[in-house]
Amino acid sequence: MIGVGTVFVQSSSFVDALYIVAFSLFIYGMSGLTGPRTAVRGNKIAASGMAIAVLATLLTKGVLHGGSTPWLILLGVVLGTAVGIPAAVNVKMTQMPQMVALFNGVGGGAVALIAWVEYRHHFGGGFPLKVEIPSLFAAVVGSVSFWGSNIAFAKLQEILPGRPIKLPGQSAINLGLLVIAAASAVVLAAGTHSQALFVLGILVSAAVLGNMVVLPIGGADMPVVISLLNAFTGLSAAATGIALDNSALIVAGMIVGASGSILTNLMAKAMNRSVPAIVAGGFGGAVAAPLHSGGSDGGTVRSTSAQDVAIQLSYARLVVIAPGYGMAVAQAQHAVRELERALEAKGVEVKYAIHPVAGRMPGHMNVLLAEADVPYDLLREMDDINPEFSRTDVTLVIGANDVTNPAAKNEPGSPIYGMPILEVDRSAAVVVLKRSMASGFAGIDNPLFYDPKTSLLFGDAKASVSQITTEIQAL
Amino acid sequence: MSIVTELAILVLAAFVGFEVISKVPNTLHTPLMSGTNAIHGIVVLGGLLLMHESSGFLEHVLLVIAVMFGTINVIGGFVVTDRMLGMFKRKPDPVAQVEADAGDGTDSGAAGGAGAGGEGERE
Repeated sequence: MIGVGTVFVQSSSFVDALYIVAFSLFIYGMSGLTGPRTAVRGNKIAASGMAIAVLATLLTKGVLHGGSTPWLILLGVVLGTAVGIPAAVNVKMTQMPQMVALFNGVGGGAVALIAWVEYRHHFGGGFPLKVEIPSLFAAVVGSVSFWGSNIAFAKLQEILPGRPIKLPGQSAINLGLLVIAAASAVVLAAGTHSQALFVLGILVSAAVLGNMVVLPIGGADMPVVISLLNAFTGLSAAATGIALDNSALIVAGMIVGASGSILTNLMAKAMNRSVPAIVAGGFGGAVAAPLHSGGSDGGTVRSTSAQDVAIQLSYARLVVIAPGYGMAVAQAQHAVRELERALEAKGVEVKYAIHPVAGRMPGHMNVLLAEADVPYDLLREMDDINPEFSRTDVTLVIGANDVTNPAAKNEPGSPIYGMPILEVDRSAAVVVLKRSMASGFAGIDNPLFYDPKTSLLFGDAKASVSQITTEIQAL
Repeated sequence: MSIVTELAILVLAAFVGFEVISKVPNTLHTPLMSGTNAIHGIVVLGGLLLMHESSGFLEHVLLVIAVMFGTINVIGGFVVTDRMLGMFKRKPDPVAQVEADAGDGTDSGAAGGAGAGGEGERE
């Protein structure tokens, strides 16, 4: 082994072997996630891999050296456990996107802090480039991830408004911050050792950059942002692994990086937008103009009552339910499940149409419906369900808007033109549950609402669904 | 390890990651995300490795916070993923159906499973 920072070398092959076992378990565990039946076990296998990795680290020679070391480690672990477990056990499924953002953020924060300490150790020289470059990378990316995730959390938790917040010259400011962070890193790597340059130049500018990048991104783009930040934290962890000469960190970090990148791409594709365009932000702001013109030529909408919807649904053969973020906001998933059961009791076939970016994170709707005990084989992905809309009697749209907007197919001038949608307008009738006539996140009018075969039921989604269920049972 | 060896590991891990993760269906994307989230909590090892050679109040504080953050990330991530995955079911068999109708049987079951998943983590 080539000595790296002398102390980081783990001479014991036993420890290295344990790391290999650990990352094999990560990979094996993740491959269990390819199906719901093997997934629970897969997650446990990955968790046991993590336990082995921690054990191996504690077995490394010298790691528990020093009187206070074990206690400081214990303190950190106890504090982390005391925060992590209650949070994980108590979080509502509707709040899962914020939880993931938060967990992602603390991971990025840990990376940045570790890089900082490492930099201090090598302060004043003796910093091999192989350690220095990955550490600087980890400091920048970890810090961006930490602050970006916190902003994402605050937006999802509605501490900050979900709409894009944009400063004039935002892109220039972001670019400037990135240049400051990168230039500081280059200067440091070139041999200048300055604590202030590291802390201010890298950590602070990356922190501000993290804030500035996520603030202008609107709520509906969150699936992309969360995936991207997840990839960032993974890559920064892999960089830390190179700096620390730790194979488990490299493999684990890189797998997360790969997974985050795949999800980012899938989400961006499902919105027909490029990742840079989303990061540049301000989708809601950019299309403010069409909002006004759209309202005028809209025509009239037909509103309906729970009782009418109940009759309509009861006499259908196939009903498709298309849920969106509105279902999550109203916590209506259990009520929706009740409705599905009531319809099935009447002999109506019910399926769910799940758009990949419905909700605030990849797979958000699936988790909510799973929580409500909906069997996952009733959930259909967009490509599977679209051909079925032509034989669907009634489609029930619950709190979804942009993902059902036919303008994405028919109006080349529309800002969302080209985005793949659930083609609900092809079913014989459409019922839309909506709080009000406010436009969706994108601020685009939805021609679906003015379609003669569409009727709208206004009100809170949960209350409306329960009412429909009661009416169906009374029929 | 030499930098070349480590870059080789990095590149191979990227390919394995892409291969494995691209087979995960849309249905499981949220658990995938929170599961991989837990895995990047592995940076906690960095905190553990550096603790014994750090000195001074500032470094100790930074590392204790880093270990705390990493632990939150790992434990919270795995527990919440376990909880979520416990909810994914096929068409329920008649017995399960009765239980689900009876009330919150599923919720407590999921929480119990989460506790068990967490146990493995507390080293």
